[in-house]
Amino acid sequence: MHPAVSVIFFTVMSGAGLGMIFLLGLGFPVDASAIWVFFVGVVGGGLSVAGLLASTFHLGHPERAWRALSQWRSSWLSREGIAAIVTLVLFGIYVLVWMATGWRHQILGLAAALGAALTVFTTSMIYAQLKTVPQWHSRLTPLVYCGFALGSGWLLASALGTHEAPETWGILLIGLAWAAKWLWWSRASRARLADSGSTPETATGLGFIGKVRLLERPHTGENYLTKEMVHRIGRKHARRLRMLALLFGLVLPVLILAIVGLSDAPGLFNLLAAVSMIIGLLAERWLFFAEAEHAVSLYYGHR
Amino acid sequence: MTSLPAATEKRLGLVIDLDTCVGCHACAVNCKEWNTSAGASPLADTDAYGADVSGAWLNRIHTFEVSPENAPAQIVHFPKSCLHCDDAPCVTVCPTGASYKRSEDGIVLVDEDMCIGCGLCAWSCPYGAREMDPAENVMKKCTLCVDRIYSETLAEEDRIPACVRTCPSNARHFGDFNDPDSDVSRLVAERGGIDLMPEMDTRPVNKYLPPRPKTHSQSQAPSAAVPASVPKADGLLGWLDAALDKLG
Repeated sequence: MHPAVSVIFFTVMSGAGLGMIFLLGLGFPVDASAIWVFFVGVVGGGLSVAGLLASTFHLGHPERAWRALSQWRSSWLSREGIAAIVTLVLFGIYVLVWMATGWRHQILGLAAALGAALTVFTTSMIYAQLKTVPQWHSRLTPLVYCGFALGSGWLLASALGTHEAPETWGILLIGLAWAAKWLWWSRASRARLADSGSTPETATGLGFIGKVRLLERPHTGENYLTKEMVHRIGRKHARRLRMLALLFGLVLPVLILAIVGLSDAPGLFNLLAAVSMIIGLLAERWLFFAEAEHAVSLYYGHR
Repeated sequence: MTSLPAATEKRLGLVIDLDTCVGCHACAVNCKEWNTSAGASPLADTDAYGADVSGAWLNRIHTFEVSPENAPAQIVHFPKSCLHCDDAPCVTVCPTGASYKRSEDGIVLVDEDMCIGCGLCAWSCPYGAREMDPAENVMKKCTLCVDRIYSETLAEEDRIPACVRTCPSNARHFGDFNDPDSDVSRLVAERGGIDLMPEMDTRPVNKYLPPRPKTHSQSQAPSAAVPASVPKADGLLGWLDAALDKLG
């Protein structure tokens, strides 16, 4: 699949923002001065909003994006839009009440946390629902998205909140998220298009005669399908990108957390870990798209 | 709206005969011609006369080589357009309701004014039946020539999809699959019509008729090593031929 930068940016950034909203809603300890609460709220909400705005850039008609809120009965993309907006409104009210009164409204916080979790889940289901991309079509996909959102959100929250939560929590969350990703990767290596039961023979129905091979494409140049779904260029540096994803997304954040946890360094250092993890997740998300094989490539010579 | 109808009154669709298709691309060209001039918006191309030509088409003709175990390979031309699936995933994933399946005849359509161009429907289609229009930035797909088949101004014989109307080898047939006596239903029953990628559970309406078995089975392909016989020349060429032969 073609890795669209806007979608990669969106899923990583809004994931981190929503992860942070989730933790704040559950009562993650934060210094109670109104200005700082405002700042923390802006970071959590801002990342989510920035991600959502970025996601509209890949639309052919961004000005019609509001129409996407209508089909929640059947469409995960529609559900995602609604969940995101409801979550951001709830979180906005939660932060305003908190700023004005210094009181963290528990029920409002829980509702925002639930909304944030649902939003990340609906995002992941947009991909996990697609039978046409066997590597995505798995229950592990939502697990990975939620795990990474929680891990990167924890890093941001711990950097900006009061330094009460022990770093071991962060290491545990990041470790669990990457454990889920490791499961996802090992499943994906066994769930390629060739393993899914779809072949050029089933795609053409000609398997009863013999082995099927594409002789001539329908067109000499590229078309939307080949650019969007038969995209292969992004796979070139797959191994190196995977190393970078692990280095920035797992090794460095855990190292920074360990140093901060063992020394008396201020919690703000965790921000470095958060930035590092986000860089690592951008590489991970690139691969999520670039390595995915779409069924339509069977009509274009893929086997 | 983007929920699928439980059942449709008619199930209009195409039967494509892989035995008689000659791969001339006339159906694709006539499809492009009709839909670029008669649709809600033109079916755009980019760099149409340049080196890097690309564009949206609703019908594409692939050509496959099929190699049996003990016989020479055979060539099968393979036209592919929207299959108007009963369980069309492209409809249910649509966030705006632009993509829908009609309950009266089962045709899957896109309302261009509602489409936000997110591309998710194209991702959900295993057949590559949907292409983004590079100028309009909305999704385009086969309409089964809904503007021809119900037309009251076109001549009776033209009230079929453009691809079917133009096919010179009668490889394309149009009709109602809900009617067991329709041409398409009978063809599918007689020739064993097949679904593409049944494992995707899309339940396509369009059916493909497999190539008939070869009547003269060749055990070996003609070898390229056997030279073609050269006809005897006369006149000046004949003299030249003989003179050159004498030279050794």
